[in-house]
Amino acid sequence: MGRGTAGGIEGLPIILVFLCLLGLFMYTAPSVFLSPFIYTTFLSTLPPLVLLAVGLTYVIGAGEIDLSFPAIIAFSGFVFAVLFKEYQLGWIAVIAALAAGLLVGFVNGLLIAKVGLPSFIATLGTQFFWAGMATVLSGGKSYALRGAEDSSVWQVLVGRLDFGAGAPLWLNQISLQAVWTALIAAFLWLVLNRHRFGEHVLFIGDSNAVSRVVGIDVDREKIKLFTLMGGLAGLAAIFLTLENKNFFGNQGQGYLLTAIASVLIGGTSIFGGRATVIGTVFGCFIIGMLEAGLVASGLTGAWVRTVQGLIFLIAIIFYLTVEEPHRRAALMARFGFRRGFGRAKPAE
Amino acid sequence: MTETPDAAVAPAAGFRDIVRLEGVQKYFGSIHALRDIDLSIGRNEIVGLIGDNGAGKSTLIKVMTGVLAPTSGRIFIRDRAVDLGDYSVRMAHDLAIETVYQDKSLAEKQPLWRNFFVGRQITNRFGFIDIKRQKKIAEDILLNSIGFRGVGITVDSTVAQLSGGERQGIAIGRAMHYNSDLIVLDEPTVALAVKEVRKVLDFVRRIKESGRACVYIEHNLAHVHEVADRLVVLDRGRVVAEIAPRDMSVSALTEFLIDLQKAH
Ligand SMILES: Nc1ncnc2c1ncn2[C@@H]1O[C@H](COP(=O)(O)OP(=O)(O)O)[C@@H](O)[C@H]1O
Ligand SMILES: [Mg+2]
Repeated sequence: MGRGTAGGIEGLPIILVFLCLLGLFMYTAPSVFLSPFIYTTFLSTLPPLVLLAVGLTYVIGAGEIDLSFPAIIAFSGFVFAVLFKEYQLGWIAVIAALAAGLLVGFVNGLLIAKVGLPSFIATLGTQFFWAGMATVLSGGKSYALRGAEDSSVWQVLVGRLDFGAGAPLWLNQISLQAVWTALIAAFLWLVLNRHRFGEHVLFIGDSNAVSRVVGIDVDREKIKLFTLMGGLAGLAAIFLTLENKNFFGNQGQGYLLTAIASVLIGGTSIFGGRATVIGTVFGCFIIGMLEAGLVASGLTGAWVRTVQGLIFLIAIIFYLTVEEPHRRAALMARFGFRRGFGRAKPAE
Repeated sequence: MTETPDAAVAPAAGFRDIVRLEGVQKYFGSIHALRDIDLSIGRNEIVGLIGDNGAGKSTLIKVMTGVLAPTSGRIFIRDRAVDLGDYSVRMAHDLAIETVYQDKSLAEKQPLWRNFFVGRQITNRFGFIDIKRQKKIAEDILLNSIGFRGVGITVDSTVAQLSGGERQGIAIGRAMHYNSDLIVLDEPTVALAVKEVRKVLDFVRRIKESGRACVYIEHNLAHVHEVADRLVVLDRGRVVAEIAPRDMSVSALTEFLIDLQKAH
């Protein structure tokens, strides 16, 4: 039909890029990429990135940004490590760390929706605040969680699947955090595409003014949005701390750019209004795979960030040109921050 | 025009005015945007709201339709006072009041079927949307109420793919679908080509023929003069005149508004 659907398979371009890269690495580093263990390793290291990036897909889809999640990883991780190690609180430590993440996210939401700060500014502020708080409270110490793997918390959240002694070794190395993360990502895909909340997120990203006029409670939905992001960052912190059996204050720092890059590589619009969870998940795979792939192919680790940054830029230029040519012109005209960081708009 | 089935339902009886504002004031900080507004909208009339840029027309209808809370004053819907603490767009929808804004009614990147239902989706009790049903109803509105046949527009088209007139048609068609008693239009013809303007004016007449009332904000005086039953003139936040179009020609009306501006 002439002016019909923009349909097709969700995330198709990025899935193709992923497959090409995979093929490339299988060719340049066959000993690593043709064995199953690199993939089971990914399953235990990628989940925190995927959780963060899927949450950010919602945030960026709503035309906002969250820069505070690295601090949530530090703060929630600290809450978890202290309660788990010093007080042996087990599952209560899990709940407390999740609650801490939700609370930080909720405060972000209030600052943005009720106080009216641009999300870029609000979460930049809370990023410093909670990261500082985690450092103050932990006194800069790290916490080693030796023996954690004997706890039910560890076994349920980040343990390995057990298919019995007869199963191939790699099958028994599939980690549970990958299973939990896959379930959460699938659920959040469903919500984004088929639930009222997901629809509201996309409409808000499209236009705050339209959303208000059609009866969406924009403030309430934004608070929910940032609370969700906080909760996911809290869970990522728990996975990360348990998997490493160690907490240290800087453990979230590496995720800021990689998570944002995964979302944008995946095809979610930097202007909001269009978001894809599937694209984001493949974006995470690409970001995660580059590191192992480049090193295994003989480049030094120093190249990893460079190549990630390059792919990030190419992807954004691609999406701008293909999906939103008129927006690209507008972006060139007033380089930078108009809608991407929400709310920095005059009242209608 | 009888081919719009759900548009043929007459409003419920038992009240005199659909909306009445009494002593409504609205401040934005120190800007006094609405001053002591008294205004009633009767059943089945088209009220044209005119006035200079910044006169407060948009603010007035936003207060009327629950987008903005008034600073003070009272609002009656079907002769009953509404609790202003509760009044919202959603409640206005529930009370059969719909609004079509110039360029703020539809979300650009979203498909039409979502635009038809956003804010009142058909969901199960967990909030998941019945996509199939929404698409089917949207298709029916598109083909039958709005009359988009063979123009290459489907319920999956995004708003960005439509022309200005088509957008107004979609927004007005959506408003009519919800059996509203009052449809509010805020400058629906801005930036439209002449042919598209005619389409919109036809939509406005359809609103009246289907037994509903309409508040129509329009800067082009010839257009409102043509379709309105009554004209309300706003000047710096105040209602300064109510005019019956048959008592004043378009050119006299233009003179009147120019004189108002001179008095500033
Ligand atoms: N959200 C807002 N915040 C502050 N001032 C506003 C806002 N909306 C409208 N105003 C002011 O209120 C006055 C009336 O505006 P408006 O109702 O949009 O006028 P009109 O629709 O008649 O052109 C103007 O002075 C405008 O600047
Ligand atoms: Mg206006």
